[in-house]
Amino acid sequence: MPAFLLKRFMQSIVLLVIVSIIGFVVLNLIPGGPLAQYALDPGMTEADKARLAEQLGLNRPILVQYFDWAWRLLQGDWGTSFRDGNSVLSVIGRHVLATFLLMGSSTAIAIGIGTWIGIRGATHRYSIFDYAATVGAMVALSIPTFWFGLIGIYVFALRLGWLPAGNMYTIGDGSVLDYLHHLIMPSVVLALVHIAIWSRYMRTATLDAISQEFVKTARAKGVTERRVLMKHVVGCALLPMITLAGVQLPSLLTGALVTETVFTWPGMGRLFLDSLGYSDYPVVMGLLMFSAILTIVGNLIADIAVALIDPRIRLA
Amino acid sequence: MTALSASQSPTHWWQSRVVKRFLSHRLALLGLLMIGLLTLACVVGPYLLPYDSLFIDLRARFAAPFTGDHYLGTDPLGRDLAVRLLMAGRISLLVGFFAMVLSILVGMLVGVVGGYRGGWVNTVLMRTVDGFLSFPTIFLLLALAAALQPSPVMITVIIAVTSWMEVARIVEAEVRSLKEREFVLAGRMLGLSGAHIMFREILPNVMGPIIVAATLTVARAILLEAYISFLGFGIQPPLPSWGNMLNGAQQYLDSAPWLAIIPGVAITIAVSSFNFIGDGLRDAFDVRNDSF
Repeated sequence: MPAFLLKRFMQSIVLLVIVSIIGFVVLNLIPGGPLAQYALDPGMTEADKARLAEQLGLNRPILVQYFDWAWRLLQGDWGTSFRDGNSVLSVIGRHVLATFLLMGSSTAIAIGIGTWIGIRGATHRYSIFDYAATVGAMVALSIPTFWFGLIGIYVFALRLGWLPAGNMYTIGDGSVLDYLHHLIMPSVVLALVHIAIWSRYMRTATLDAISQEFVKTARAKGVTERRVLMKHVVGCALLPMITLAGVQLPSLLTGALVTETVFTWPGMGRLFLDSLGYSDYPVVMGLLMFSAILTIVGNLIADIAVALIDPRIRLA
Repeated sequence: MTALSASQSPTHWWQSRVVKRFLSHRLALLGLLMIGLLTLACVVGPYLLPYDSLFIDLRARFAAPFTGDHYLGTDPLGRDLAVRLLMAGRISLLVGFFAMVLSILVGMLVGVVGGYRGGWVNTVLMRTVDGFLSFPTIFLLLALAAALQPSPVMITVIIAVTSWMEVARIVEAEVRSLKEREFVLAGRMLGLSGAHIMFREILPNVMGPIIVAATLTVARAILLEAYISFLGFGIQPPLPSWGNMLNGAQQYLDSAPWLAIIPGVAITIAVSSFNFIGDGLRDAFDVRNDSF
């Protein structure tokens, strides 16, 4: 067990290094590189730029620059926002909670509905329900999230008037109910793709579990079918669910960015797009690195959780 | 007797089991039909319709679909939506197709070399794959699109840069299991070069999973193009793409909902058709891989 944890931990460190290299390459692809924020300033002369490059150490070998950049990243010095002069980390910090709220509620919806569809599809294999769920999942994976959001706004906000068309709360209200009211549509829209993924996973996992010996034993003992399903089958599928949740983090973040844009939700995705619009590269780079680190740490936590729960790994 | 031997060893490729199994997959056939029709419409359609995709008619702004002379209505500048949709289809399908070709080439190369060479080469390549997979695709795509010139060619390259990893993983795993087989050992004993064994002996055996992955990658690439063009960082107007036709649609959602509905339907049909075909191919080649 400690050996597994150590190995897994080292893997994450290596991954972080690779991710930082990719990030550094992207930073240097931006026209003007790290000096991009001064590109729009008409008062900057070539001499000024040369002096700045000298001051910021941009004349040094690229490897030295990389280590310097990575070292500052490690120390929490992610630069300052070009737009408002605040530190990048504090800007990101202001938007993290809104995104986490959206991602969390949407994952809860996706797991709830996806699990139900998956189990029902497996127990009623080759039924009309199963067939519809299979085709439905493939179509759901093909619908652009933002378009689904637009259709949702058109139907539920503009035509029916049941749900707000955007924002996180009504100005002047801000009660819990008001937040929930605003949360419904974006989290359902973001959940659609993941409902499809979870239902496919649960269908396969349930079919696998049903054919296992211990399920036959339970049935032979006279355990009710419902209890067999709930306890043995779902229990068997639970562990890989944790891993799958970790694996889906990047696609969840991608969906969140698009959903936040359509619903003017004040999270990291919107911040990313706004910062791109303002050429606020320090924040763009910060978010790029932050999202990758979030993915790596999320996957690490998922794997550790599985290792702690699963006796096959825990006792190894 | 003759019938039996004919079914056992097909004389033509269309008699093979893979083709038979694919043809019995109804959804895949539907997908194939849809893609065929869509491609035909996008290639031929603009010549048949009486309008140019860039022709601005300010007297006919916001015409609703199925009214007047415009089959699918017009956009805020009075441009014909039907012809724009088909022209956009050309761009979106081309970007999707070539992004797939590029990412399959890169993924195949990385997978074959990594899987065959093994050792530190493989470690470096596969950890790079993991690194790219750690970024949410759209964040990396947008950062690159904003940094580089957003020409259609560059958009295609950028989409490929963020889409080659799955193929690399699939091919690497297949090659790693194939390289211990007798025919590879025989090749080595014959003194064939590493490149010959990798690309002429092993690679043909991995074509099934690669073809499946290629189909699903087209679907993914069309979606990604739609995402970044919708957000304003992909294909730039006046060149239409399905994504950028939706770019300004949100502000007219109340007065002209068809501007948002029509291109989205086109995207969904194209992407789900490729997904259906991919699913059929997966069954036909008997590829057990759910990483897509």
